[in-house]
Amino acid sequence: MSVWEDLVGQGRAVAQLGEAAADARAVLEGSTARGAMTHAWLFTGPPGSGRSLAARAFAAALQCLDLAGPAGCGHCEACHQVLVGTHPDVAQVVPEGLSLGVEEAREIITRASRRPLRGRWQVTLIEDADRMTEQANNAVLKTVEEPPEHSVLLICAPSSEDLLPTIRSRCRLVGLVTPSGAEVAEVLVRRDGVDPAMAAFAARASQGHVGRARRLATDEEARRERRDVLALPRSLGTVATALAAAKDLVDAAKEESDRRTGARDAVERSSLETALGAGATGKGVTGSVRGGAGALKELEKRQRSRGTRTSRDALDRALVDLAAFYRDVLVVQLGTASDLVHGDLGEQAAVIARATTAEATLRRLDAVLACRAAVDANVAPLLAVEALALALRDA
Amino acid sequence: MPRTPAAAKADDLLAPLTLVVGDEELRVGRAVSEVLAAARRDDPQADVRDLVAAEVLPGDLPQLLGPSLFAERRVLVLRAAQDLDKAVVADLVDYAADPPDAVSVVLCHAGGAKGKALLTTFKGARRVDAPKMTKVGERRDFLRAELRSTGRQVSESAVTVLLDAVGNDLRELCSAASQLLSDTEGPVDDEVVGRYYRGRADLSGFAVADKAVEGDLAGALELVRYGAATGLAPVLVTSALAGSLRSIAQVASAGSGPAHAVASALGMPPWKVDKTRKQSRAWRPEGLSQALQAVAHADADVKGGAADQQYAVERALMAVVAARGAGR
Ligand SMILES: [Zn+2]
Repeated sequence: MSVWEDLVGQGRAVAQLGEAAADARAVLEGSTARGAMTHAWLFTGPPGSGRSLAARAFAAALQCLDLAGPAGCGHCEACHQVLVGTHPDVAQVVPEGLSLGVEEAREIITRASRRPLRGRWQVTLIEDADRMTEQANNAVLKTVEEPPEHSVLLICAPSSEDLLPTIRSRCRLVGLVTPSGAEVAEVLVRRDGVDPAMAAFAARASQGHVGRARRLATDEEARRERRDVLALPRSLGTVATALAAAKDLVDAAKEESDRRTGARDAVERSSLETALGAGATGKGVTGSVRGGAGALKELEKRQRSRGTRTSRDALDRALVDLAAFYRDVLVVQLGTASDLVHGDLGEQAAVIARATTAEATLRRLDAVLACRAAVDANVAPLLAVEALALALRDA
Repeated sequence: MPRTPAAAKADDLLAPLTLVVGDEELRVGRAVSEVLAAARRDDPQADVRDLVAAEVLPGDLPQLLGPSLFAERRVLVLRAAQDLDKAVVADLVDYAADPPDAVSVVLCHAGGAKGKALLTTFKGARRVDAPKMTKVGERRDFLRAELRSTGRQVSESAVTVLLDAVGNDLRELCSAASQLLSDTEGPVDDEVVGRYYRGRADLSGFAVADKAVEGDLAGALELVRYGAATGLAPVLVTSALAGSLRSIAQVASAGSGPAHAVASALGMPPWKVDKTRKQSRAWRPEGLSQALQAVAHADADVKGGAADQQYAVERALMAVVAARGAGR
């Protein structure tokens, strides 16, 4: 199974990257390259389209050691190491907090200039580069302007607008698209063995977000949390019920993100404690390391900031679901012949559609978008969603 | 079905297999630490592996748990065991059927529906339950035990005041308790806790909020200007305002039953129910709705770096006071 297999509905990008990887081999062999390979790449596309997945697959193709077949065989040692994140010449930078600062950016640059241990490419993959601060952008710019010979920089961001124009103009663009519902459903059936009806439901309800579709299709808890989120429009009877519904929605999003970060946090904490010799003498530990408490504090700070980010992402996901519900209401009100995103809640959408006007629905959609902006601007999540529930009630 | 050895005893920390079931991080952490500490008491060189279950591949376990060259004690902790691959579970079943000496496996299962079969498969294993504490009473019991663990005298009202000041997060409660114990001496009563927390900036945020929801605009503005001069952050005022309005909405909709009943239903201390009831008399739902939306706006202004944050806060105070009595 080649490294490209996981990219759903991205035929054009896969062709482009495959050609570049073939060209990269030609460069290393010293034969004539056709200019399909370059040092800086920008992967853009909507959330869930698989930006970092595509970048990782490309990194694997660049390091692939099965030189007999097309680059990115998916089964050689190098491909495997890149895909699981242990290849020494591929670094993946994930901004864990809300922004990626100049310190982290400097580390990236230092690393990118090292000679590759395995003699091929020194690949640095920056996920969510839209979170780079302006100083971080400027620091990275230097590497993009004068790339060390064997370095390859893979930058992922929702849109090319998210980066400084000076960086953007020096990167080759790989545009990923939102896969169709059918494509997402197909991969769920084929890769994850999901029942076709469930796959179709999850594909539509996730609006082309592959990871989200997979969670919905395979995790009953995720489906329950989605139902909790979509219960909000039916709970706006009084101010008190609206506030309670807001709290339920925020709690559901929080639960989802807790489940996604909890186990990792615990492992990190315990391995750091072990390394610091917390009250014990494990192998290779000679008493308590100086500054141990500081390291723990530092870890807690990093985990908190990652937690904040994950829960904000989960909340944004919930708001996208909610927006889709009101879009469904509008579809019913306008009599447009398009499929409902939340087909399973069609009856509820129809009830609300009959009881209100299209103008009111548009005001509600605006309120949901305003709430997304507020959450993005760091407004306390519960307060932002409470204000949303009340605005939905007033609309 | 594996041949499980006779049900493991709860106090056998080094049982071949321990299930930690639940998602209360702090309690899960303690359950795991207990096993690790016991292992290290037994063998200071104990080899400890702590892994995320989803990252363990079929075939890894026999390697990790198989016979070792060194006669050392080994502990393997698998986090998020509900995500274990089926083939890895099969490896675990083999392990449990005939566990080698001096090896302990700890499976941390989140306790949800996912991977529930795992719990049935290993129902004979030692089990530690660590569910989230959802009830106020449970958190109160936890905090009380935490405070009294050092033998200090702790009054019931001190527990209440501390719960109210710190909130629901168990880890925060735990660190607040140990901080309080190390910074104070003698019996812990509500006065000691109150004195300890009075210095905290967010309490003056609450003072501003109280004035505003009680309709005292001049008083609220005076406090917030004084606060600005003494370093009271604007976000503490917006979050306290939101908190007060939220409490009013909750108390107003909880009906007119006895304060202690409302208190336990809402997870609020009784004195706060009484105070909030008095405040809520002047409020109607529509006014609350306007006020909360105005506070959310101000919070966005403050956090989005509005040029004049102080002005954003003052405008929110005016909106809150204006919304009081509005509606109907
Ligand atoms: Zn390969």
